[in-house]
Amino acid sequence: MPDVARVTARPYPFSPPDRLNLDPRYAELRRVEPLSRVRLPFGEEAWLATRHGDVRTVLGDPRFSRAASVGRDEPRLTPRQIEGGILSMDPPEHTRLRRLVAKAFTARRVEQLRPRTRQIADGLIDAMVTAGPPADLVEHFATPLPIQVICELLGVPFADRHLFHVWSEAIVSTTSLPPEQIQEYLDNLYAYIAELVQQRRREPTDDLICAMVRARDENQDRFTEQEIVQLAAGLLAAGHETTVTQLPNFAYVLLTHPEQLAWLRAEPARVPTAVEELMRYVPLGVASSFARYATEDVEVGGVLVRAGEPVIGSLSSANRDETVFAEPDRLDLGREANPHIGFGHGVHHCVGAQLARMELQVGIGALVARLPELRIAVPEPELTWKSGMIVRGLARMPVAW
Amino acid sequence: MSAGWRIAVDAGRCIGSGGCVGMAPAHFRLESGAATPIAATVEPTETVIDAAESCPVEAITVRDDDGDLVAPA
Repeated sequence: MPDVARVTARPYPFSPPDRLNLDPRYAELRRVEPLSRVRLPFGEEAWLATRHGDVRTVLGDPRFSRAASVGRDEPRLTPRQIEGGILSMDPPEHTRLRRLVAKAFTARRVEQLRPRTRQIADGLIDAMVTAGPPADLVEHFATPLPIQVICELLGVPFADRHLFHVWSEAIVSTTSLPPEQIQEYLDNLYAYIAELVQQRRREPTDDLICAMVRARDENQDRFTEQEIVQLAAGLLAAGHETTVTQLPNFAYVLLTHPEQLAWLRAEPARVPTAVEELMRYVPLGVASSFARYATEDVEVGGVLVRAGEPVIGSLSSANRDETVFAEPDRLDLGREANPHIGFGHGVHHCVGAQLARMELQVGIGALVARLPELRIAVPEPELTWKSGMIVRGLARMPVAW
Repeated sequence: MSAGWRIAVDAGRCIGSGGCVGMAPAHFRLESGAATPIAATVEPTETVIDAAESCPVEAITVRDDDGDLVAPA
């Protein structure tokens, strides 16, 4: 098989993020070079898979390993290499930790949180309506909603949000924070969670952190204290940074596709279908990372990946694969067959996917139902987008209604 | 064998994330993008409970001999 592509590693991401637009190079690569060589800002060169089927292979096939990234100069967007967490593990090690928290995020458990989530969303909209337009959808709606939900689920005081929300940026930052500040924020976040863990040990409660503490204390050799703290911190940070960012992204897409939005207003029962399409359509990540290392020679996309080589699967590109999705670049909120992989694939599939879905359904549902005249309150080019992060999102979103 | 457990995967719900295959490769495989039990009846084992309780869409059910639900609990 040809080895020629190895000499032409492209810088990746291909271009600086432009709002929610996906670089056209992905479509070209899917067509002519489904596995290509890329060089990320940090770490060793990697293969990039862009087709839906190939990305699923890289993420789902046990011949590809995350644990094998440990000790390697992993291709990445951040100066710092995250090691030791659940994302650096394969089964059965991964299973041991995943199982500890997965039960709290099943569809059934998440459904029980829906009425409370609705109540929170309605309360936030009430406050916006009372104060009158304009409001910042990021600050007044999209940020407090997921934070309140994850706080109640984990048992983290909502009153401390101004602390941990700032520290959580360290998890999604590339250049928005200086490296030493990233480390300082992470240390703060871990110390904060470690203190909560100690508190739960003294005064048990009915929340996920306490359940994690109990599981550790009942079986000391199964989990380390550091594993519990790191996992809980990860759930707190990842558990809100993503939804906080996606809610305004989804609102932005809807408000810039007025015909689609009008359809959704007329068909509010289709909000769950619309959320799946928005998950497919919005490329949340600036680029994909978390390379999987081949543990043996594997053919992917017509290329022989050698044992020990890292491969990155692009979720955003897979979600625009024209062989899987009809008219992939068109937003179709009523799209029926929608096997998107916006939450990833394989054993590392987002553990909070059902929670995120529910929050997005409730959040978008509430905006559509309660604010029929919702609109962006500034000319579109004046919107400020975040930069220096691994995710795309609006810094602020002034809206009126 | 009297105390076997029966594993079922709801094909309508399964999104083929492959979590169960990763956790319990002896009991599940992916077939045309959806999880399928390798054997419908198995000796009771913690591994299939893990898989059922970790499935992101609760597509997997494990029942005992009497048809009572073992997992997800």
